[in-house]
Amino acid sequence: MSNEQLYNYILGIADNNLILGQRLGELCGHGPNLETDIALTNIALDLFGQTRSYYQYAATLSENHKTEDDVAFLRTEREYKNALLVEQPNTHFGYVIARQFLFDVFHYLFVEQLQQSKDETLSAIAKKAIKEVSYHKRFSGDWVKRLGDGTSESHKKIQEAVHDLWPYTQELFEITKTDTLAIDEGVGVNLSELKSKYQEEVAEVFKEATLTIPENPFFQKGGKQGIHSEHMGYLLADLQYMQRTYPNMNW
Amino acid sequence: MVLEKTHIEKHLIPILEAVSDPEIPVLSVLDLGVIREAVEEEGVVKIKLTPTYSGCPAMDVISDDLRKAFSEIGKNAVVELILSPAWSTDWISEAGLKKMEAYGIARPLSGTHDKAVLLGNEKLVKCPQCGSRNTHLVSQFGSTACKALFQCEDCHEPFDYFKCLK
Repeated sequence: MSNEQLYNYILGIADNNLILGQRLGELCGHGPNLETDIALTNIALDLFGQTRSYYQYAATLSENHKTEDDVAFLRTEREYKNALLVEQPNTHFGYVIARQFLFDVFHYLFVEQLQQSKDETLSAIAKKAIKEVSYHKRFSGDWVKRLGDGTSESHKKIQEAVHDLWPYTQELFEITKTDTLAIDEGVGVNLSELKSKYQEEVAEVFKEATLTIPENPFFQKGGKQGIHSEHMGYLLADLQYMQRTYPNMNW
Repeated sequence: MVLEKTHIEKHLIPILEAVSDPEIPVLSVLDLGVIREAVEEEGVVKIKLTPTYSGCPAMDVISDDLRKAFSEIGKNAVVELILSPAWSTDWISEAGLKKMEAYGIARPLSGTHDKAVLLGNEKLVKCPQCGSRNTHLVSQFGSTACKALFQCEDCHEPFDYFKCLK
């Protein structure tokens, strides 16, 4: 794998963390109660921490001596490779939890496999991340059950979110050309091997939560090719504002 | 990149002991177990630091504080962040755990017990104020990434519990 290919492979992982972290960051001070507010921003912090490790590594592989901030903040929309699921808005708490859970189950299975990567740095990041992601999955899974098996109103709302977000789940397992290269070299994770376990785990929690998975939905994709939903531009405007307005600013 | 054991030169220990975790100031970086290596080579102190959590903002502060502590005695320090092996709460020293409890933070339980209390199944966390185990989980996530929020049902004080990380 050339440096450029590995760089692209890393962005495919890290951008999911960055964009989901940004979505969760929007809830800082706006969570439904203090505990969930703190929990969601803590999860965002973990995601940013992991993505920082990925971007720092990616920056060392980049041309023109990019920094981690360049990689995070100074790309155009088409250059972000995150899956569409993570950029979906925080419509209401049901969406926040459903999106988190649908990503967390995938994220856990992904970093579990990435630990075996032949790339030492990716493997080290994954070994660190898996401990954090197991907490995320526990949190979101508990809330899926609480809302689904809660009042008729909470059930209706989380079911609505599951219905709307489920069509974005297949893309998580889509294998890009970069993925194929990374898999062939033992660096990347074979996403197709995670799929059945994912569906099993999600189904188990949904069963307890009395939620149903929509039948025959049309599955959306495009994020991994940089073709995003209409929400992405607004998200990036928020995310990139400081770095675009005050170039090279530092904390 | 893999370091299984720590390698800290003895003469550097007094300086390292004076650098504390900004979030839990009673704990030195040595108590916390985040210093994996500290050696002096040709007048330059080389330190390998491992983060507790990936996103822990204390790590940048700790790196700065380490450089500052050594510059005050006329030495240059180079701090390198390493990820593997990943930090574990097992690396907090016994002295560190005692200081943590005296400071009002309950110490991490073992992995299986930790899971049980965070799921709200068992009452095992000891209140650092009154010592009662009649405590309950308020939130799996607390004031920092490494802590969960608990409340004592006897003395009613809320308190932080340092989550087990293995």
